[in-house]
Amino acid sequence: MLSKVVNFFTSLKLTVACLVLALGLVFIGTIAQVRLGLWIVQAQYFGSWFVMWGPQGASWKIPVFPGGYLIGTVLLVNLIAAHIKRFELSKKKFGIFVIHAGLILLLVGQLTTQLYQVESFMAIEEGGQKNYSESERTAELAIIDVTDTNDNFVVAIPQQILQKQNEIRHERLPFTVRVQKFSENSLPSIEQGKIKFTEKSLEVSMNKINIPAVTVEFVTDEGAKGPFSVSSWQTRKQFVQMMAEGFESSFDRSMIEPAKFSYKGREYEVTLRGRRYYKDFTLALHDFRFDRYMGTAIPKNFSSRVTLINPNTQENREINIYMNNPLRYGGETFYQSSFEPDESGTVLQVVRNPSWLVPYISCLMVSVGLIAQFMYHLVGFAKKRRA
Amino acid sequence: MRKNAVAKESKPAVVPDKGWRKVVPWVIAAVMGLWIASGLHTTKNTTEYKVEEFSQMPVVLNGRVQPWDSVAKNSLLMLRGKASVIISEKPEDEIGYFEKMRLRREGKYKKMSAMQWILEAMTQPDIADTRRVFRIDNQEVLSTLKLPIERKFFSFNEVRPEFDKISEEARRIAEQRIDPAAQTAYQKGVVKTHFAVNTFFQIKNSLRPENRENFTEAVLAGREKVEPGLAALAKAQNKEEHDLEALQGIMAMFREYDMLATIAYPLIIPPKEGKKREEWTNIGTALKETLRGSEIPKPVLAYTRMADAYGSQKAEEFNKVVDEYRAFLAGTFTPELKKGAQENFFNHYAPFIKSIAVYLVAFLFGCAFWMSWSSWTRRTAFYLVVIAAVVHTSGLIFRMYLEARPPVTNLYSSAIFVGWGAVLLGILLERIWRDGIGLVTASAVGVTTLIIAHNLSLGGDTMEMMRAVLDTNFWLATHVVVITLGYSAMFVAGFLAILFVVRGVFTKTLGAETARALNRMVYGILCFATLFSFVGTILGGIWADQSWGRFWGWDPKENGALLIVIWCAVVLHARWGGMIRDRGLMAMAIGGSIITAFSWFGVNMLGVGLHSYGFMDAAFKWLMAFNASQLVFIALSLMPFKYWRSFQQVAPAGKPKQDDAGLAGAKPAAA
Repeated sequence: MLSKVVNFFTSLKLTVACLVLALGLVFIGTIAQVRLGLWIVQAQYFGSWFVMWGPQGASWKIPVFPGGYLIGTVLLVNLIAAHIKRFELSKKKFGIFVIHAGLILLLVGQLTTQLYQVESFMAIEEGGQKNYSESERTAELAIIDVTDTNDNFVVAIPQQILQKQNEIRHERLPFTVRVQKFSENSLPSIEQGKIKFTEKSLEVSMNKINIPAVTVEFVTDEGAKGPFSVSSWQTRKQFVQMMAEGFESSFDRSMIEPAKFSYKGREYEVTLRGRRYYKDFTLALHDFRFDRYMGTAIPKNFSSRVTLINPNTQENREINIYMNNPLRYGGETFYQSSFEPDESGTVLQVVRNPSWLVPYISCLMVSVGLIAQFMYHLVGFAKKRRA
Repeated sequence: MRKNAVAKESKPAVVPDKGWRKVVPWVIAAVMGLWIASGLHTTKNTTEYKVEEFSQMPVVLNGRVQPWDSVAKNSLLMLRGKASVIISEKPEDEIGYFEKMRLRREGKYKKMSAMQWILEAMTQPDIADTRRVFRIDNQEVLSTLKLPIERKFFSFNEVRPEFDKISEEARRIAEQRIDPAAQTAYQKGVVKTHFAVNTFFQIKNSLRPENRENFTEAVLAGREKVEPGLAALAKAQNKEEHDLEALQGIMAMFREYDMLATIAYPLIIPPKEGKKREEWTNIGTALKETLRGSEIPKPVLAYTRMADAYGSQKAEEFNKVVDEYRAFLAGTFTPELKKGAQENFFNHYAPFIKSIAVYLVAFLFGCAFWMSWSSWTRRTAFYLVVIAAVVHTSGLIFRMYLEARPPVTNLYSSAIFVGWGAVLLGILLERIWRDGIGLVTASAVGVTTLIIAHNLSLGGDTMEMMRAVLDTNFWLATHVVVITLGYSAMFVAGFLAILFVVRGVFTKTLGAETARALNRMVYGILCFATLFSFVGTILGGIWADQSWGRFWGWDPKENGALLIVIWCAVVLHARWGGMIRDRGLMAMAIGGSIITAFSWFGVNMLGVGLHSYGFMDAAFKWLMAFNASQLVFIALSLMPFKYWRSFQQVAPAGKPKQDDAGLAGAKPAAA
């Protein structure tokens, strides 16, 4: 029995079967992107155990194809098992061994990336500075105690909790937060001078993102405060701009102010904003540049001249971040990613990926292995022909 | 013993060269060589005008310095898909082959070069409006324009009456920001036609406003009126009494120059002294500056004089100004003038178009070798492939030099490079096996990829500037080159497999030894493809990590590359595990071509992701046709060996243990 299991997991047939399935998965996953967009496909095809399918509108789904995790795991087990079983130290097998060791490293590295990578962005105005980045895809409900004008106290509730729980209590809040409705994507409208957010279907195209909205009330012993309807539409500069353009004269700045209420002599403000990641250093933007080729609108380069200020290490240095030349600092990488529409500010992509070096190493290993293996065969072939 | 016997019967004796057969290959090679060399000297002017000298002069378009010749060729390719214009009374679509021959003899059917056409458009717009330079294929667009659907080529005068409807539709598409990927065929046709007509309009207003005849005189007279005009303007602003005529004069000039500044096509006026080298302007902008009181720059007057002279058919005057202006450029703009001349030379040399012809002839001789087994046919094919490869390589290097870039910068150059890699692999195979297989492969893949490249060049300038993220010679030289060589290898393996199938199924020429050789070639090339595809894919991941912050994002182009790598891994593992043998290997190698074509072109057609830089849709039909053809070959390859003509004598039909065992004679070496 054991030998059968061992044979199964070390067999070359299993390798080929997994590879064929991987081929199918990558192919259907690529085609599905046209319909579902890159982010959904990543989650449903490559970052899952099974690709699920159900008729439109139905509440049930059945697995129809193995997902990326399943194929990857079986392949990994197969690879490791086969190598333990067949490992031998010889010139002939050296290349094969290094190739597959590199592949194992690559698969493990990708898994850790999938699990631990955090992406956010940092939008800085020229002349301004920031010590936090924001998430593009997840929001947080910020409840800010603004009673003391010098020192605000903030409780931020992440989107995942807003989606799951109807009632949220926090030790630092003297009331209960009740979520009436959370919409992952929303559309603003103006009715009688007031802004409203209605639920909208999720975005699929790669360059569009969902803009969430939430309706909350605060349950206190004085009765419920609210309900308040707040959305990321009000907190991101580019969305505000879109609204200002779309609604023209019916739009006014009061519509993007945070919701306010007072309780027991304290003043609170409520907003929905991109989830924030605070850093222990600050980036100050001096200049954002968008160079074009002569006489055209074809972009030649985007660059941001920033100063990095870290009070802990006494660092204060100027850095130029531009295309293909990111800043790596504090375990994070800052990429030139986008800019404000009027070129008055930059948007840096911030990536924390503890395993970013792994692909470099595994690439080197596999390349060395492949070259060694083919050289070995080529030399053999040449000798044979000469003979 | 048995092995020898099989070898003898499977490889026909090659007829050695005697007598005339020794010389013929050299003669054919020399003729081809001379034909190519004839393109190397600069073309002489066919008229009394120094058009050739004009065509070398540098201007700026698409963000780069290029000669007028490139502007003319690329615009005409965009407009009508060909680099020349047909001049005949009857529309060319309605002329049959024999009628064409007759009309040509009678001088009623002529070809006009792109350069002559653009000069005519810029100086004699009325005649240019009658030239059939717009190719319109979409039938709905044609019916909107009320044009006959049997024809393809139309003149501006034919398009003009109903063009407002196209403008209206194009404006609507632009306003609604309909993504090119989501546009219907009609909408794409509208956008294309609108763009073409607009470009034509811009071209006509590049040297002078299209309704002006003696523009130089007007400009000089206008310059005299600038000072009084400015004085009147200053007074008018202070609400003092002023010369109304002088004020209106300068206002009228401003309107005319401003219009010219907005629509003129290339930037033809080099920067003034003291300005940056990149600051070229068009004639309108340069003239607008003179309204502030500065002198008229020399290049402006040179161009207006050339336009006036060409427009009123004064060859002597035109030639004189061309010489003067070239002398002026030679002083301060030597590098630009040189670049213009070099690119112009490259356009005339047309190395890739010429290689197509040579590869094609080589392919025919390669096939002839398998039918005749006479050595001279193989030698001819070999010489021709080498000549074509040299020309191909020289073109590649010339392009790299002109662009100061690695060989692959866009879809067009990737096609050229895929072909080049395949040709080198083919020559290598031929050097080892000397059985014509490498030659046929090299020439067939070479021809196909260069034809693809030619069709891709119809989209416009093929040396366009690299958009920000791509503006890195390091990654273009590593990731892009390596992955493209991987494509070459995949297509070569696929083509070798097709040779195996076609020769095996339809002819008796696939002997055991040839079969074994092909098997080894396919396997070896696939190993090569695995190496390059894998390394290229990972390098791409590293580039993505450097520029976007993620090593792998499941972007369609990345997935396409990954598909090739996985496919190679499947083939190699299945072969090592004995799951596939000859026919399986061949079938999978052909399948590899489908996967590669998907990765190369298919993903660009999906219209999603950061990588889709080369979208086009006429190509979709061709891609599908290619896939269908490959599927047919796969189906053929899966037929049992008893139906293959080549194996019918080896193993007579009816006997058991045929299929792969039918090739058992070929197997021992591999075992």
